[in-house]
Amino acid sequence: MRHVSIAAGDISPPHIEYGRLAPILIVLAAAAVGVLIEAFVSREHRYWAQVQVSLLGLVGAFAWTVALGVSSTPHHVAAMGAIGIDGPTLFIQGTILALALMSLLLIAERRHEPSPFTAQASSVPGTAEERESLVAGITQTEVFPLMLFAVGGMLIFPAANDLLTMFVALEVLSLPLYLLCGLARRRRLLSQEAAVKYFLLGAFSSAFFLYGTALLYGYAGSVRLSDISAAISTQAGTEPMLLAGVALLSVGLLFKMGAVPFQVWKPDVYQGAPTAITALMASCTLVSAVGGILRVFYVGFETLRWDWRPMMWAVAILTMLLGAIVAITQTDVKRMLAYSSIAHGGFLLTGVIATNQAGLSSTLFYLAAYGFTTVGAFAVITMVRDAGGEAWHLSRWAGLGKRQPLLAGTFALFLLAFAGIPLTSGFTGKFAVFQAAVAGGATPLVIVGVLSSAIAAFFYVRVIVLMFFNEPAADGPSVVFSPTSTAAVAVGALATVVLGVVPGPALHLAQSAASQFFVR
Amino acid sequence: MLTALIAIPALGALLLAFLPKGKDALAKYTALAVTLVVAVLTVVMAIRFDSGGPRFQFTEKYWWIRSFHVHYAVGVDGVALVLILLSAILVPLVVLASWNDAERSGGVEEPPKRSVKAYFALLLGLEAMMIGVFAATDIFLFYVFFEAMLIPMYFIIGSYGGPQRSYAAVKFLLYSLFGGLLMLAAVIGLYVVSANAGNGTFLFGELTKLHIEPTTAKWLFLGFFIAFAIKAPLVPFHTWLPDAAGQAPAGAAVLLVGVLDKVGTYGMLRFCIELFPGAAKWFTPVVLTLSVIGIVYGAVLAIGQVDIKRLIAYTSISHFGFITLGIFAMTTQGQTGATLYMVNHGFSTGALFLVAGFLIVRRGSSRIDAFGGVKNVAPLLAGTFLVAGLSGLSLPGLSTFVSEFLVLVGTFTRYKVPAIIATTGIILAAVYILWMYQRTMTGPTTEKVAGMRDLSKRELIVIAPVLALLVVLGFYPKPALDMINPSVKQTMVRVDKQDPKPTIAEKGSRP
Repeated sequence: MRHVSIAAGDISPPHIEYGRLAPILIVLAAAAVGVLIEAFVSREHRYWAQVQVSLLGLVGAFAWTVALGVSSTPHHVAAMGAIGIDGPTLFIQGTILALALMSLLLIAERRHEPSPFTAQASSVPGTAEERESLVAGITQTEVFPLMLFAVGGMLIFPAANDLLTMFVALEVLSLPLYLLCGLARRRRLLSQEAAVKYFLLGAFSSAFFLYGTALLYGYAGSVRLSDISAAISTQAGTEPMLLAGVALLSVGLLFKMGAVPFQVWKPDVYQGAPTAITALMASCTLVSAVGGILRVFYVGFETLRWDWRPMMWAVAILTMLLGAIVAITQTDVKRMLAYSSIAHGGFLLTGVIATNQAGLSSTLFYLAAYGFTTVGAFAVITMVRDAGGEAWHLSRWAGLGKRQPLLAGTFALFLLAFAGIPLTSGFTGKFAVFQAAVAGGATPLVIVGVLSSAIAAFFYVRVIVLMFFNEPAADGPSVVFSPTSTAAVAVGALATVVLGVVPGPALHLAQSAASQFFVR
Repeated sequence: MLTALIAIPALGALLLAFLPKGKDALAKYTALAVTLVVAVLTVVMAIRFDSGGPRFQFTEKYWWIRSFHVHYAVGVDGVALVLILLSAILVPLVVLASWNDAERSGGVEEPPKRSVKAYFALLLGLEAMMIGVFAATDIFLFYVFFEAMLIPMYFIIGSYGGPQRSYAAVKFLLYSLFGGLLMLAAVIGLYVVSANAGNGTFLFGELTKLHIEPTTAKWLFLGFFIAFAIKAPLVPFHTWLPDAAGQAPAGAAVLLVGVLDKVGTYGMLRFCIELFPGAAKWFTPVVLTLSVIGIVYGAVLAIGQVDIKRLIAYTSISHFGFITLGIFAMTTQGQTGATLYMVNHGFSTGALFLVAGFLIVRRGSSRIDAFGGVKNVAPLLAGTFLVAGLSGLSLPGLSTFVSEFLVLVGTFTRYKVPAIIATTGIILAAVYILWMYQRTMTGPTTEKVAGMRDLSKRELIVIAPVLALLVVLGFYPKPALDMINPSVKQTMVRVDKQDPKPTIAEKGSRP
């Protein structure tokens, strides 16, 4: 009895810095409130309640992140070392929250049809049950809490300072996304197929991640990134267990960002998922995944960089080339953007490989620049519709520039930004990562980078040709303007131009965020 | 001053873009007014330019992106100034010449109706970037203009061009983008070299002081050179030009070949040679060989063309060979001649494209065999075409003769064989120009040509200044040469080359 009480006295309650973790907690709390709303608020009021709670949660979390960013307190690890809140992390979290807000505008869209999401996810496609639920005009609102949970996971993932926390974050962000992917209102079979594929492959990659974590624990005796780093620098020689652990962990991380050879899920999932969710995945998930990669490789394996850099070189080169080349053959606009996203993942990796401060800051800037452009581009896709919902096939986009010059012009702007034409954010970002990579001694990588940019330019330009130089089809898609998606497009376009023409402030922000580096 | 020259057309373009639909006439007059203002301002600037003063004048320098060490830095030396003059004078003429073009899509076959204001907005945007690219003294800024310039031209060709406009526009854009991206890698490399030397910068003036390790310099030179060789274009990077120029509306073709391509040769002179003098010398034999091949090959292909615009495009490839030959001869005469050649070629080819445009609009076809005997029904048209053509074959008395002569003399003093082979280009030029004139203008008047109107007043206003300039500069090239010479001398100092002393073979002695 006495023995037990002593033991209880030894266990001190963990010290949690609630102020530093507040953005994460706010988002997760909003998600929990959303679940309660699902349970207790009547059906007709649910939509507005959910939108308000999500909006409040995200805006509040964003404001808190900004406040943390401007406050001059020195950054250190929080929650007993499990979470690192520092300059780069705050930048990444702020970016994720801003992009999530933009995606929320698309998710909350109700103008085009009752909801972009299925009336009843459980109903089998093509059955009487499905028709009934459609006729009844049921709209589901679980998407909002699901999305908030995913965003909460995304916020923890790049902040996680030990591999177990990171794994938990990975699962928290992934599981809601698997579900969200399968909720499309139209083309439900495609959507469900995407969800199953994403789930199976994602579960597989999580297993790799966990296996890698276990091996690293075996090597270093800790899952804490700083301990692993210390173990690497003190224990001479390269242990097979360490290298295997790094490799397996990398598989899990690279899968989430969709780097070759772990990219196969991306086109199918991006195509099948509801476009609003695709926008969320293409922006927030990518930012979060790259943030996690940055932390693991800059903190955990920093001292091991001569060993992992060759592997990352190969991955980056393959990712850039494959993304750019395969995109040429795509005829579906969402699949094309998926391959484009793969190629951009490769460009991001060139910044990661630089392993210097410029590499970190340029990658951060690239993430923000790319994220805004991407959400904007997917927002445009939600607006171009015909009788069967969104018009995905590129041939349907022919002559759009003649009927909707403004919208097509904005989409052309996004495409030019993806292609990296000067005076758009895409150019600034590309320039930043390439410059960091050359300074970091990765010149051949940059040459591959510019060559694949040239290849990638081809398919971006092809879409512009289609929109502006081809004659419109007689029964072409119509463009449905609605306040929320128009707002998302406008924010995306504004960010694309501002970050291209006057990138100074944003670059400065990224640099000052990176100047503190990751805490250990 | 220079900022105003860039900002005025840029703002004009924005203004036009936001004009309400249906105000086409207003759009045209606004565009004309804006371009005239720019032209006047440029002329004023040229007059105020002090050719004995510091190399770069009218300089402005502000931080643009501090994190990248990028400045908004502009300034002109003689070479840049004459090229800005060329652009500023050509654009209002092009606006006037394309007064009715936007609706007509290059004048060939079924005309799809396009937005008029968009066409003129794109032209103005293009003008802003053309002036910017020549004025930039920060390499990053130069690159930005260099790449961004492609977009308005791409839309002009793609939306308002001939039947194969979409193919031509994409080919144009992809070739140029590819070169531009290689240049981007070189620009970054150059920055990193300067950063390693202690002071990362993109400013041209500071980069020229940099000592670059020879092997690195060669790679960086290649990055820049390929971009410029595609732009210029030099054989074997030339295949996009006939397509693009052939499909572009005549007005845009004037700017494409007359000004845009000059960015390539300007870049070689300004950046390739001055930043990497050692590498430039190392690559000289290759470049000279390519130039000579270009001169002969372009001319021979021009002879075989059946389409007027494609023919003019191929003559330009031949002429660009002369320009690069003069630049890489590394003599004062050669480089001065080459710079003057850039200006003259802009006017001469501009005139040819303009008159060709008038012809094509009248006939509805750009094929040479669609014409015949035009001289009998439209003497003014035929006459201006002849003068423009003669300037293309460098007839003495026209300005092109001066520059071609300077280039050949400048080359001959150092590289005899290339100069001799290049001289055959003059003979071939006579063949392609005169034979084209003969086939289109002389002979029996065909049925379709019989009703052809002569030049209208508007068209005369467009073509007269260009022809006048060609004649004036032909007899009195001194003002232009005075501006160009000091800058070229600087380049020569930079490459550390003296002009070979002229040797006079004494009687009885063997040279």
